[in-house]
Amino acid sequence: MENPYIPYPVRIDEIKTETEDKSLKTFKFVFLNPEDEEKFAYRAGQFAELSIPGLGEIPIGIASSPTEKGFVKFTVFKTGKVTSYLHSMKEGDIMGIRGPLGNWYPWETLEGKNVVIIGGGFAFTTLRSSIIYMLDPDNRKKFKDIHVIYGARSPGMLLYKEELENWAARDDLNMHITVDSTNDPEWPHHTGFVPTISEQEAPSGTDDTYAIVCGPPVMIKFTQPVLDKLGYSEDRIIMSLENRMKCGIGMCGRCNIGKEFVCKDGPVFTLQQLNHTPKEY
Amino acid sequence: MKVIKIDKKDWTAGLEKLRGSYALIGPVKEKFYHTFKTLEPGREPDMAYANSRITPKYVIYPQSEVILKCSLDENDSDYKIFKEPDKEYQSKVVLGIRPCDADSFSVVRRNFDTEDYKDPYWLRAYETTTFVGLACDSPCPTCFCTSAGSGPYNDANMDVLLVDNGDHYLAKVLTEKGESLVSAAGWNDNAGDDAADRIEKKKTEAESRIQSRVNTENLAGQSLLDLYEADTIWEKEAFACINCGTCTYVCPTCWCFDVQDEVHGKEGYRIRNWDSCMYPLFTLHAAGHNPRGTKLDRLRQRFMHKLKYYVDKYESGIQCTGCGRCIRMCPVNIDIRRICNMMNSYDPESCTCEVTAS
Repeated sequence: MENPYIPYPVRIDEIKTETEDKSLKTFKFVFLNPEDEEKFAYRAGQFAELSIPGLGEIPIGIASSPTEKGFVKFTVFKTGKVTSYLHSMKEGDIMGIRGPLGNWYPWETLEGKNVVIIGGGFAFTTLRSSIIYMLDPDNRKKFKDIHVIYGARSPGMLLYKEELENWAARDDLNMHITVDSTNDPEWPHHTGFVPTISEQEAPSGTDDTYAIVCGPPVMIKFTQPVLDKLGYSEDRIIMSLENRMKCGIGMCGRCNIGKEFVCKDGPVFTLQQLNHTPKEY
Repeated sequence: MKVIKIDKKDWTAGLEKLRGSYALIGPVKEKFYHTFKTLEPGREPDMAYANSRITPKYVIYPQSEVILKCSLDENDSDYKIFKEPDKEYQSKVVLGIRPCDADSFSVVRRNFDTEDYKDPYWLRAYETTTFVGLACDSPCPTCFCTSAGSGPYNDANMDVLLVDNGDHYLAKVLTEKGESLVSAAGWNDNAGDDAADRIEKKKTEAESRIQSRVNTENLAGQSLLDLYEADTIWEKEAFACINCGTCTYVCPTCWCFDVQDEVHGKEGYRIRNWDSCMYPLFTLHAAGHNPRGTKLDRLRQRFMHKLKYYVDKYESGIQCTGCGRCIRMCPVNIDIRRICNMMNSYDPESCTCEVTAS
């Protein structure tokens, strides 16, 4: 019997501070046992429990892409007991990863379709995974037009800045970077909230166009009417939820929205599915 | 299935024989109330009890259980690498468990034994346990098992069902585990050709003594969101609720848990503890948001889970076996029978539901 509670041991290979306020760090992990990496085969959109012995576990979206081999990456916001401790850890430290957990963005459905990714703040992690996955030379031809709209409070709060600039320079991806405000007169990208930029830059909703939306509740609240106006039907709006979790395998009972568990039946749901569940997220 | 007769004068000797291969667990009176305990040599189960205050669910699912262990000594080669703790799963028998409590394990199993994941701790404990149940002839006024998918003579999830018949028990031996147990105890008396009929007759009498019931026939057909939004039910019921969580701790079918890490010296432990949907911390996000932030949200979660989400998810009835403990123990008289009947009869058009005396 496979024990679903035992994490794979990993070593912190690299830590990168992502934002100017130092509240977000990206941790690159390497599996201590190479065979565990194979067992940890994942899809873009899934999450895992990061496990620190003596502290506990935290459910975090996987920021690396399945097409990146030899490591897994997670970007973590410092907020509670475990994340604060994690932020104090060093390269070379040993901890654990349990997963992959949950479902993923519906990649089979998205093949042959236009994909619009709309992200805000630090909810961009599994979206990074998705972009890297779609831009992989073996995969790019499977998708039609790809738009990415990503915003943060200020330039210094954007995640993955180098990659963002690389994506903006590509001609097979329409990259729209925005910040709420900036003092930088040379700022080459948009200024404005994500819903506003989405209204200007996102393509109209068609049967062949899907939107993946991840961000803080206020961004989602104001982006939804924009997508409605652009003609996106509720089954073509895909979202990823977060709820407090412990087990990550649908047993401990706390992350449910109605009869669905965010950890096991989600975290990815279409707006249509969410419209049929209690709004307990 | 066969029926044997166990003379009460052979009962003690049989139990003593069982001690060679089983740990014995049964109901005993502690101060004022009955509870399930491991029976030390010389102690017998009190088979005249009504039911225990706390359910025997802890036998399979302890209130607190170490699930992982690791070394925190930097000199160890497996420093910070979590492993299963060494734990022996000795064969044990739960004696005198009531049908509602025995059946609760079939309900809870749907949570811990799934296609995708299996909880190894719950399953190992379950598989090494033999259930010797005791049919009920004197139900409590709060018992409603017959309308909750169980019944006073229900033998679901039992290996042996004992029926008290004066100076002897009639014992239905239901499974291979049950066969092994009665043979280890040396119980093998012929119960007579009409034993099954006598049990059937006593069963009918016992069922007629269950006076209260729940109506569940419409629950599956009700709209989940309509029931969720049925403020006429939830506001009234949540008004008195103090979110004490007693209902969840005494419930045989409540399975929710928390996981906490502890450090003792140079060892780290990951521990699973019973938790309760009645508590705000159950769902509180680290960033401060709480999706079930009010006591109404939490009370609604408990009843919607048992009487609607579970019903829709597993299509095997309600997540309740009618033991009545939550009704007896609630400090503010919240009654699952009343709520179930309101949910069953709820009409969103008129916002009314039938409120029956309970």
